[in-house]
Amino acid sequence: MIGHVHRPAGYRRAPMTSALRYLALAVAAALFLVPFYLVLRNGLATEAEIAAPDWKFFPDTIHWENFAELFSDPSVPLLASMGNSVLVSVLQTVGQLLLCGLAGYGLARIPYKHAGKVFYAIVATLMIPAAVTFVPSFVVVSSLGWLSDLRGLVIPGLFSGFTAFLFRQYFLAFPKELEEAARIDGLGHWGTFWRIVVPNSGNFIAALAVISFIGSWNAFLWPLVIAQDQSSWTVQVALSSFLTAQNLNVHQLFLAAAVSILPLVIVFVTLQRFLVRGVAETGIKG
Amino acid sequence: MKTSNAKAFWLFVGPFLAGLAIFAYLPIGWSLLLSFFDAHNTVTPTEFVGIDNYLDMLSDGAFLQSMGTFTLFALFIVPLTFVLSLALALLVNQISFARTFFRSVFFLPTACSYVVASLIWKLSIFNGLRYGLANTVLSWFGIEPIAWTVSTDPPWYWLVLVTLRLWLQLGFYMILFIAGLQRIPQHLYEAAWIDGAKPGWQTLRHITLPQLRATSVSVVLLTLIAAYQAFDEFYNVLGSADGYPPFARPPLVYLYYTALGSGGQDFGHGSAGAVILALLIALVTLLQGRLFGFRRGE
Repeated sequence: MIGHVHRPAGYRRAPMTSALRYLALAVAAALFLVPFYLVLRNGLATEAEIAAPDWKFFPDTIHWENFAELFSDPSVPLLASMGNSVLVSVLQTVGQLLLCGLAGYGLARIPYKHAGKVFYAIVATLMIPAAVTFVPSFVVVSSLGWLSDLRGLVIPGLFSGFTAFLFRQYFLAFPKELEEAARIDGLGHWGTFWRIVVPNSGNFIAALAVISFIGSWNAFLWPLVIAQDQSSWTVQVALSSFLTAQNLNVHQLFLAAAVSILPLVIVFVTLQRFLVRGVAETGIKG
Repeated sequence: MKTSNAKAFWLFVGPFLAGLAIFAYLPIGWSLLLSFFDAHNTVTPTEFVGIDNYLDMLSDGAFLQSMGTFTLFALFIVPLTFVLSLALALLVNQISFARTFFRSVFFLPTACSYVVASLIWKLSIFNGLRYGLANTVLSWFGIEPIAWTVSTDPPWYWLVLVTLRLWLQLGFYMILFIAGLQRIPQHLYEAAWIDGAKPGWQTLRHITLPQLRATSVSVVLLTLIAAYQAFDEFYNVLGSADGYPPFARPPLVYLYYTALGSGGQDFGHGSAGAVILALLIALVTLLQGRLFGFRRGE
């Protein structure tokens, strides 16, 4: 951290510069918060207030009844699609970390003559982002009969070459002494991994978990292609179909958006430490 | 001992590799195959057409246009993201009071999806009606409402799409830049100060920017690759129940409507398009590896 080092005396900037800096930050912060304000304002207002000729800063009375209206409307499968999103995101996060974590550890720590070839076979998949091959992936998943099916939404996303690569890099830097002690105590690779390595990697795993969860929750193109029946929609597909079909009132749409963001805002506020680390960790690869 | 290592290796890596084979290699292989067949509404085609699908795609004005759309989008979004996220990082990094607060505010949009952002941009900020936020602000200056998302002359929809993506991704790249800034050794600045360099533009140009080279390369490539895969906001902002307008179709939107659109599923052409796009992006990645070395977590 920069704060540890004392800057030379006189290095301190003029108070004017500092004030300008805060002014710029405050303006930028206000702009960044405008969309959140709009979600709340529109979600808790009436149609008339939203379309008022003079901008209404906030509805005169907060229309809490909009919630009841939204959730009691049988033509709006918001809760069901939220449920699907929770299921898909949790399963995908856990499954991806498990499979990629195991693979990363095997590649980093188990001596095997073909390990190099396997590593290159995995790294090669990093050259082509999954989104670019969504058409052929759709073909494979539909041939498996997994359209509009939880398996089709979750399983193809589990095998992330990038996550396996990140785990490998992390395990390469993991202190060997800990593992050697475990080996002396008679643990095999499997036991060492679960009893020594995983319990000591909590921060790293949490960082990747937060990133993976947010990615799953916000994913759109793949669920759009796979979840064709309304019963299998994730919340993003549901919102998108409300938006493009315009069959809902504006306040309902915005309230639905607010509800869809809520789980992530909770994750964001409680786990931001891991999220920031996760971004720094995953973004650095390039 | 050797065989037990081999066994253990496959126990750890085997399940992952099997999945990768089915969901990464198989689709790529299958699409290579499909791309040489007439595959309308079937994934097990029989009519071999050679390279016709490729020739069709490369002579298809709409496909080439989608590459043009991507290029234009990238020309806006890559430099703007770079400059603005660096500016935010520098500002946040230089203050002592409320630093976490500002960082969190700029980072908060990361929690939003492109669908939610599209909803806000399309229906509230740039809805083209008199009571939309942008048009309300314009009206204070006596400017008539603008039909943001449907106007092609001038193409205001670019303003909608670019600001939307900036809002969503600036915080992410700001975090990368902050991480990069905090790795710069403090003594460099002290030495520069002793040598008489003025804090500000001089140290930014001669210390900060050169020291951020690795992060800068990452940010440019990540934003470029992300722009190449743009789909969500284009689909949701410009698409409607009546379909998608003929303009502003980036490659994945074009591919989506070719392969899975309402006009029937055309996997031959869709696969040929996917192969071309995959080759192009693999080429960029390889060039990057050539130019900057295979970089590992720093």
